[in-house]
Amino acid sequence: MKQVFTRPESLKDVPTHFCPGCNHGTVHRLVGEAIDDLGLRSETIGVASVGCSVFLYGYFDIDVIEAPHGRAPAVATGAKRARPDRIVFTYQGDGDLAAIGMSEIIHSANRGEDITVIFVNNTTYGMTGGQMAPTTLPGQKTSTSPYGRDVSKDGAPFKMAELLAGLDGVAFSARVSLDSPKNVLMAKKLIKTAFQYQVEKKGFSFIEALSSCPTNWGMSPLAANQRVTDEMVPYFPLGTYKNRADL
Amino acid sequence: MNSPVTEKIFVKGNEAVAMAALEAGCRCYFGYPITPQSDIPEYLSRELPKTGGEFLQAESEIGAINMLLGASAAGVRAMTSSSGPGISLKQEGISYMAGSELPGVIVDIMRQGPGLGGIDASQADYFQATRGGGHGGYRIIVLAPNSVQEMYDLTMLAFDLSDLYRIPAMVLADSVIGQMKESIVANARPEVVLPEKGWAVRGRGEGTEQNVVKSLKLGDGEMEKFHWMMHDRYQLLADKENRWEEYQTDDAELIVTAFGSTSRISKTAVTMAREAGMKVGLMRPVTLFPFPKPAYAALSERCKLFLTIELSTGQMVDDVRLSVARDAEVAFYGRPPGAGSLPTPEELFEQIAHRYRARPAVAEVTL
Ligand SMILES: Cc1ncc(C[n+]2csc(CCOP(=O)(O)OP(=O)(O)O)c2C)c(N)n1
Ligand code: SF4
Ligand SMILES: [Mg+2]
Repeated sequence: MKQVFTRPESLKDVPTHFCPGCNHGTVHRLVGEAIDDLGLRSETIGVASVGCSVFLYGYFDIDVIEAPHGRAPAVATGAKRARPDRIVFTYQGDGDLAAIGMSEIIHSANRGEDITVIFVNNTTYGMTGGQMAPTTLPGQKTSTSPYGRDVSKDGAPFKMAELLAGLDGVAFSARVSLDSPKNVLMAKKLIKTAFQYQVEKKGFSFIEALSSCPTNWGMSPLAANQRVTDEMVPYFPLGTYKNRADL
Repeated sequence: MNSPVTEKIFVKGNEAVAMAALEAGCRCYFGYPITPQSDIPEYLSRELPKTGGEFLQAESEIGAINMLLGASAAGVRAMTSSSGPGISLKQEGISYMAGSELPGVIVDIMRQGPGLGGIDASQADYFQATRGGGHGGYRIIVLAPNSVQEMYDLTMLAFDLSDLYRIPAMVLADSVIGQMKESIVANARPEVVLPEKGWAVRGRGEGTEQNVVKSLKLGDGEMEKFHWMMHDRYQLLADKENRWEEYQTDDAELIVTAFGSTSRISKTAVTMAREAGMKVGLMRPVTLFPFPKPAYAALSERCKLFLTIELSTGQMVDDVRLSVARDAEVAFYGRPPGAGSLPTPEELFEQIAHRYRARPAVAEVTL
């Protein structure tokens, strides 16, 4: 009998702490598969951020550095400059990357650091209990936007995949989603492409993954998944925004 | 490593730091421009690439310290440098490095503050440096050069101690030492047996354990254990690495104590006092953390009057008071940082002279 589904070698055989229906687990798996497929497990350094994904080292069976909140791209820059022959990726949430870490991400991308950034956009600060994030949708209620995000006061959500695509140093920038089997397969392909670009030393590669946070959205896993489809995808269109191979 | 160098060269303090970093095998430098330390990145931007190293001008001091964290975690020697406002921004990263037991060298060419302050010399960041500076309760190694030669030698030492103890190390100087030119001998890197960096992240390879560099400690009792372990390590550091310089302390009835630039001016004033027939000496701590407490304690067994001199309203003086015998008096003279606040030798001589004359007579020992 042929085994068609198994745990990627890059992931440990442990249960995760993620809430039911949370997409962090899905993204972990896809990143693990990409690392396995490209045969990078023994040479990859992961940089964890501060957020619900802080336990990256507990789930990935690779070397990991834990960075201060928002600083993962700077930490990854240091590691990559020290060991240019290694594969270095960061894994960051929207609060981490697009609020406190905006300076680090923009500058790393603009320098064209040969790193891969996995950006999990769940429109909220998951770990701290669902506060408003820089990607919280207009009108979305959170624990610190009880009347809904007011764009006239809080600004509009950042569209990071588009924003970074505009920088010359960026080789690859794409937005994926995990709300349907088709989209998961697309996400798998593009995450692998992002790592492949680093292997080929093409420059900075970026994946934004639209993700659900049932717990802080106050929804069932199914309803949360539906929200990704109905509300997030229309605001944050899926697709590849920059592909140096196209240039 | 170069062949032994004995030839004298005439360089700036900041350049000596950069040269020492190269000799010490620093592979990565990350920094952000700020006066009065910019000669360090300028020198390294020119010279580090020639040795195959990486020079990177970061987007901010926050960026720079986190790049240092990443490079150190990857197991290479790395350095950053800055001054007041930039050192404040680095504190988050230094705290994470301390929590992750990462080595790394941070050069602080102190300027005035608080806030934007000014670019003249100051010693008002003594507390920030010696008390850890960031959150969580930790210490870093702090070395205080008072000459261009020491800028060179202590930078080299900072790399070794930092690697040896897995504690970030700071070279703490001020704009006087950073900017002045003196002749030095660019000594070759000393041969020191250093432990393998088996903990570094390199990509786990095949058949080896996963390496994780982190400061998060959520296990039952894990954080408490970490704090006590570091407490013991600081003690070991104090037992083995205290460094200081004494000048004419043997028969001294008043001992002036100062670090960095003020120790230079103090030494001139002490010499003037000797010429005037006063029994005055100088005690200069070279390591500020660990602070050479036993050396102060020993001095205070025979000398009961100390005069601490600082370019602040008094910070190191607290450590002096904690170190000397209870019956020793510790006086203070400070020139808080400000343009033109550098004291003259004559001014310090006056401070010494009136305290010396007013000192209590040494009691006859009667039984
Ligand atoms: C300097 C600093 N400020 C604030 C925090 C508290 N904090 C922890 S996680 C987090 C936000 C996490 O949100 P996000 O990055 O979106 O990740 P998620 O949990 O949603 O995956 C915050 C603000 C911190 N750890 N450090
Ligand atoms: S709080 Fe949200 S982001 Fe965090 S684990 Fe739960 S569902 Fe996932
Ligand atoms: Mg989030």
